[in-house]
Amino acid sequence: MTSVTGLLDLRRTVPQKYIPVMVTAGLFVAMFVAGGIRYEGFATGQIVLNVFIDNAFLLVVAVGMTFVILTGGIDLSVGSVVGLSTMVSASLLKDGWPAFGVMALVLVIGAVLGLGMGAIIHYFEIQPFIVTLAGMFLARGLCYTISTDSIPIENATFTAIAQTRVDLGGDMWVSPSVLIALVVVLAAAYVLHYTRLGRNVYATGGSEQSALLMGLPVARTKIAVYTVSGFCSALGGLLFAFYSLSGYGLSAVGMELDAIAAVVIGGTLLTGGSGYLLGTVLGVLVLGLIQTIISFEGTLSSWWTKIFIGLLLFAFILLQRLITARRR
Amino acid sequence: MTRFLRHRLFWPVAILVALLALNLVFTDNFFRVQMKDGHLYGSLIDIVRFGAPLILVSLGMTLVIATSGIDLSVGSVVAIAGALACLRISDLDDQNSIGGVLAAVGIALALSVALGVWNGLLVAGIGIQPIIATLILMVAGRGLAQLITDGQITTVNSSPYKLIGGGYWLTLPFSIIIVAVVLALTAFLTRRLALGLLIESVGGNAEASRLSGISARGVLITVYTFCALCAGIAGLMISSNVSSADGNNAGLWIELDAILAVVIGGTSLAGGRFSLGGTVLGALIIQTLTTTIYSIGVPPETTLLFKALVVTIVCLLQSPAFREKVFHRRRRPQSPSPVTEEKVRVSA
Repeated sequence: MTSVTGLLDLRRTVPQKYIPVMVTAGLFVAMFVAGGIRYEGFATGQIVLNVFIDNAFLLVVAVGMTFVILTGGIDLSVGSVVGLSTMVSASLLKDGWPAFGVMALVLVIGAVLGLGMGAIIHYFEIQPFIVTLAGMFLARGLCYTISTDSIPIENATFTAIAQTRVDLGGDMWVSPSVLIALVVVLAAAYVLHYTRLGRNVYATGGSEQSALLMGLPVARTKIAVYTVSGFCSALGGLLFAFYSLSGYGLSAVGMELDAIAAVVIGGTLLTGGSGYLLGTVLGVLVLGLIQTIISFEGTLSSWWTKIFIGLLLFAFILLQRLITARRR
Repeated sequence: MTRFLRHRLFWPVAILVALLALNLVFTDNFFRVQMKDGHLYGSLIDIVRFGAPLILVSLGMTLVIATSGIDLSVGSVVAIAGALACLRISDLDDQNSIGGVLAAVGIALALSVALGVWNGLLVAGIGIQPIIATLILMVAGRGLAQLITDGQITTVNSSPYKLIGGGYWLTLPFSIIIVAVVLALTAFLTRRLALGLLIESVGGNAEASRLSGISARGVLITVYTFCALCAGIAGLMISSNVSSADGNNAGLWIELDAILAVVIGGTSLAGGRFSLGGTVLGALIIQTLTTTIYSIGVPPETTLLFKALVVTIVCLLQSPAFREKVFHRRRRPQSPSPVTEEKVRVSA
């Protein structure tokens, strides 16, 4: 009961728009504490860092997805673009391309794919759902055209990045991918909250018609968010390549669902216009911690992860629904 | 001629004909339908037979999309229905007993209906966006299917069950008969009774329909339930065809194919109108595309590339904005928005 009264007190002191993010944060802390009580060796800083290490790519992808969802759109192509990025990296590196050239090319491919989808969505007024679905098929199809087998990455730069440990003191460490992901999160948070583009994203998501009448560049904003999402997916793909050191056409199948789930659990409204990047970060952490807890439990099978994520989605959507209903 | 060109189903039919013509060039005897052991055989029959589950799922999806909703959970329902039916049958003492198989099928379909009611309640009762409401079951349902099969592939050896997806009846594959019956029933319910009109009015404007005395909630729950039931039957078909249930892979991505089929068939995702014939055509196009790719010797890995290409072309051709920009360069400033025009038109 204390939690309920606590929530009621919160509503008086904290603006309502922060409640979903705070609930997610509370959930993360509660899960961590519960895990710490239940399992030995759980309540360490490294567990949280491991969640970051294992989900750095998802974090980057979810950041791009947050941009798209904030404008009221959706991007189903992210998982395939991640797969395509690992595939392109692996096959070009095998042909002896320099590592940084490959990275640049992969990022350009992702951004151009996003740009194309954004342009089709805006100028031809086709639903984002359908356009990005076609993009998903296209990227996955390109993966299979490159190769249907898994290609190992043996490039020195890639393996060096994969094996580097950044020590944080006290036996704690993170991978360089985590640092890259954090830089992306900070940059995205800055863009969303302190630049014109960010404000336009929120305005377009709030009401496209109003944004248009206010004279905001809706076309540029909508195309920009899909480009950002494509770029983030490609970067996520590079991080995934560092993580797995191979390229495989079937990698990251279904990652778009994880990314959407993370964004929703983070409290961003799917109708657009409301939500925070911090929520998305917490959403990814909650998803990662569920997996950690299930692996600590040992006897629970992997499919329980999906059932728990489904239940969490349900709870959070219900919460959002209650909050928006009260606002009216 | 222009009337013909402007018909809603012109482009889907044209693409299907083009695909079939391509097959005629590349494959000998493509159009030959033979009679062997009292069964009909041939490439055309195969297309319909293998496309049967997709047609079923797409039919349900059409009605959901007509209410301006979407159902992402059909793939999971396919997996759950197949998994539950196979589990019940594998527990039977005599797997060939018709009563036992009927009971298993009944339980699986009842569960599908329950899942559909759940989706409908989330959308209509609580008022969650359809794409999100059904995302819950899409994610959790896949886990549920694996829970039922315990992560294993459950195999059965039951000839009555095999009939649903792989058997023949009256010279025709049984799955085609099921599809024909469901299609006829759906067409009757929506086009001869008022249900179709109600669905379209809810899709056009749910609030206005409610104010004019239509039970929008009831209609929504009905279509989501119907969609899940169709997915359940498709799930039985898929699992019966291979006599096993795979909680992980059965019906994977079928929701995307079904949505594509519906969109290719000319049903707008904005809701308010639908075309059952178009959906069947759309599903057949997708299946023919897959068959064509195998038969003309293109590596099957590129299926997805072709799918992406066809989807993009069909969607662009159907987009009013695209047609206006490409075919008539001038846009009259005062013309009513094409989207609203499309919405009020009620098709027969």
